[in-house]
Amino acid sequence: MSEFDAALTTFAQESEELLISMEDALLSLESSPDDSETINSVFRAMHTIKGSAGLFGFNAIVAFTHEAESVLDKVRNGERAIDAELISVLLDSKDLTARLIEHCLTQKDAPLPPELEAASMRLIKQLSGKKETAIQANETETSKLESEGGGDISVDGSWLISLKFQSDALRNGMDPLSFIRYLQTLGEIKEIITLTPDMPGGDEMDPESCYLHFKIAFQSDASKQNIESVFEFASDDCDINILPPNSKVEEYLNLLDAQDESHVKRIGEMLVQVGALTQNDVNRALQKQNESRESEDQPGKPLGKILVEQQVVQEPVVEQALKKQEQTKQKLAAEANYIRVDATKLGQLINLVGELVISSAAMNLIVERHGLTDAGDVAASMNTLVSSIRDTALELRMVQIGETFSRFRRIVRDVSNELGKTIELQISGGETELDKTVVEKINDPLMHLIRNSLDHGIESPEQRLAVGKPAEGIVQLNAYHESGHIVIQIADDGAGLNCEKIVAKAVANGLIKPDHGLSQQEIFDLIFAAGLSTKEAATNLSGRGVGMDVVKKNIEALRGSVGIDSEEGQGTTITINLPLTLAIIDGFMVGTELERYIIPLSMVDECIEMDPHECQIDEVQHYINLRGQVLPYLRLGDYFNSRKSDTVKRRESVVVVKSGQNKAGFVVDELHGEHQTVIKPMGKVFENLKGITGATVLGDGNVALILDVQGLIQAAIKNKTRSANFLSSQRTQ
Amino acid sequence: MSIEVKQDKKGTVRLAIQDEMTIYTALQQKKLLFSHLISAKTLQIDLAGVSEIDSAGLQLLLFLKREAGHHEIKLSLIQHSQAVLDVMELLNLSKYFGDPIVISADRKSS
Repeated sequence: MSEFDAALTTFAQESEELLISMEDALLSLESSPDDSETINSVFRAMHTIKGSAGLFGFNAIVAFTHEAESVLDKVRNGERAIDAELISVLLDSKDLTARLIEHCLTQKDAPLPPELEAASMRLIKQLSGKKETAIQANETETSKLESEGGGDISVDGSWLISLKFQSDALRNGMDPLSFIRYLQTLGEIKEIITLTPDMPGGDEMDPESCYLHFKIAFQSDASKQNIESVFEFASDDCDINILPPNSKVEEYLNLLDAQDESHVKRIGEMLVQVGALTQNDVNRALQKQNESRESEDQPGKPLGKILVEQQVVQEPVVEQALKKQEQTKQKLAAEANYIRVDATKLGQLINLVGELVISSAAMNLIVERHGLTDAGDVAASMNTLVSSIRDTALELRMVQIGETFSRFRRIVRDVSNELGKTIELQISGGETELDKTVVEKINDPLMHLIRNSLDHGIESPEQRLAVGKPAEGIVQLNAYHESGHIVIQIADDGAGLNCEKIVAKAVANGLIKPDHGLSQQEIFDLIFAAGLSTKEAATNLSGRGVGMDVVKKNIEALRGSVGIDSEEGQGTTITINLPLTLAIIDGFMVGTELERYIIPLSMVDECIEMDPHECQIDEVQHYINLRGQVLPYLRLGDYFNSRKSDTVKRRESVVVVKSGQNKAGFVVDELHGEHQTVIKPMGKVFENLKGITGATVLGDGNVALILDVQGLIQAAIKNKTRSANFLSSQRTQ
Repeated sequence: MSIEVKQDKKGTVRLAIQDEMTIYTALQQKKLLFSHLISAKTLQIDLAGVSEIDSAGLQLLLFLKREAGHHEIKLSLIQHSQAVLDVMELLNLSKYFGDPIVISADRKSS
């Protein structure tokens, strides 16, 4: 790979990440359109892509992103309001950028295909042609401190304090004069102006109401906090603005500059920290921001602007704080960069770790066999190290599922628009981690399930209102860890599954007979069968009856399971269980006859003795009584038809395993205990082997088979019912 | 309520407030003073008897001064008591009222 190609690959990767974060940001802007941080990140995405594309001479990309960037710059500067329309144009722009990049990367020198050209022209028009709905700069004259002569009181080095007492101040027992007298104890009043702008004339003037406003130039070394505390008691009945003296501004700027950059702070927080603002100032400004938003139904003003308008801080201080905030953000963004590692290198490392695990097991075996007590300690400590190396190496491949989840937000948005439904996607547990290879493979099944929920599950708004549900449907996407597994749930509050419809369809398709006698759960499971769709007409989203079986197959290929639960009219929940990793697991080794088997430790519930007196074994129907529970069992030796050793019948043990809701017992001869198992995939030849998912190499060089617990439990349950049916049919004859 | 009203032949009304000027007295004082304000051409308010003045009292004075201006009435405050002077000084209002203030000899020592 030449250097240029390598750079191109980096460009492709970076752009992809930027576009993904841009999409996330745009979607979150829908709910909080005035978040300047988010707007910035959208802007940065376009800006960076434009810059990088320029380096490679991708003029088409540059031309287009330039337009998007300039629009975003206007939004950023508050010259243009961001609304749903603009967001959706920007989302389209994001898609187009992705397509442009793809085109430039694959057919570098080919001219732009006409449809891309057209789309780009159209979007540019939409982006820039729209009438600029400039956010009007607030024109109300900032009430500058004016003396009677009209000039500013600008006594350098003085605090400018403005007090506006409210009409109830006197009735509430306040005496404004006493505050001013008290203020004198902190410093010197250089200038004071008394104003009564709101005092009505004649009879309307109520002498018990307060109309007094004061503007004070005050010289003091006290901090803003201290000065504000003078008026603490009056704060309910008085609007207090304290503008720091110009001489202080320098000090604030220096302090701001020296603030630590370990994390991004809010602008208010920064200013309070340097003492330019008090917490009260910030609270008031925030309140004002909220009020302005509610009343005008448009993005609130930036906090900094409000603070300056309220005359509690000078503009340069706010500007400096904003600059500092931006710097910190960029610095943090730079620090948070990851090292890019080639996935194959990582795979190689994990393979090596796997080999290490095996050879350390071999070493242990030899140490044990030769009774080398000295070596025992060393071997034990190496074992611990090996297992922590194993865990760390596997962790390297762990990624949070959140990114996968948030991609679905776009799909939900687009699909619900297409279907004319309003659907909200609620995501939780996005920080749950699992193996990258698993994440990649789970994407398609999840997509399918979500589309199913959107299309089949959630009803149209009219239908929903008719049955007394809110018009907006909810699809929940949730992930969490559970005993070495990750559980992903997709829940909707839609119509739920209709058992009768499923049965009718299944009978029509010849999947089951009319006199099926299936439980509700079994009927639900039918939707995973090939060729079954309850939707009358197939849409372009789903309903063709292929898919659910593919979903199930894909998930099972990951050694996971999928279950469905539904209540008609209430909604449907689909639960996917997946192993955390595909490479190395903690296993539980058992032996039967001469074979050894590995059961994933996370699936082992308990081990009990196969004692006919205690367990009440039913040898015909193959179940035992486990503390009053019916537990189907399977003799592993019989199931795999292993060679019979002609030894005396030994005492057998039952390993109770569970998978999801199901439990079963595996009857084995020997329990060997825990074993670090490196999963070696089986070759194509063994693909259709039932009951086995892989193999592993043991320390002594023998091979042990890894059991497909899910499949075996199903086999045990079937086994039981089959023999039961056989029995009952015998009886009836 | 103790406001002494004197009227000389030139139409100058002289009101001498013999009470504190606080939130407790403001309502009554306002009624009385305001009624005189519109009836007179020239009004003098004698503040010598004002033992105490608070924000409400001050506000009342500011109100009277402004109203007098609107009605083109000549209002002057005379014989400021110490309490009134203190407030005027605190708020730097002497210029606004524009009345000559007699600083008594014992003021500094008080």
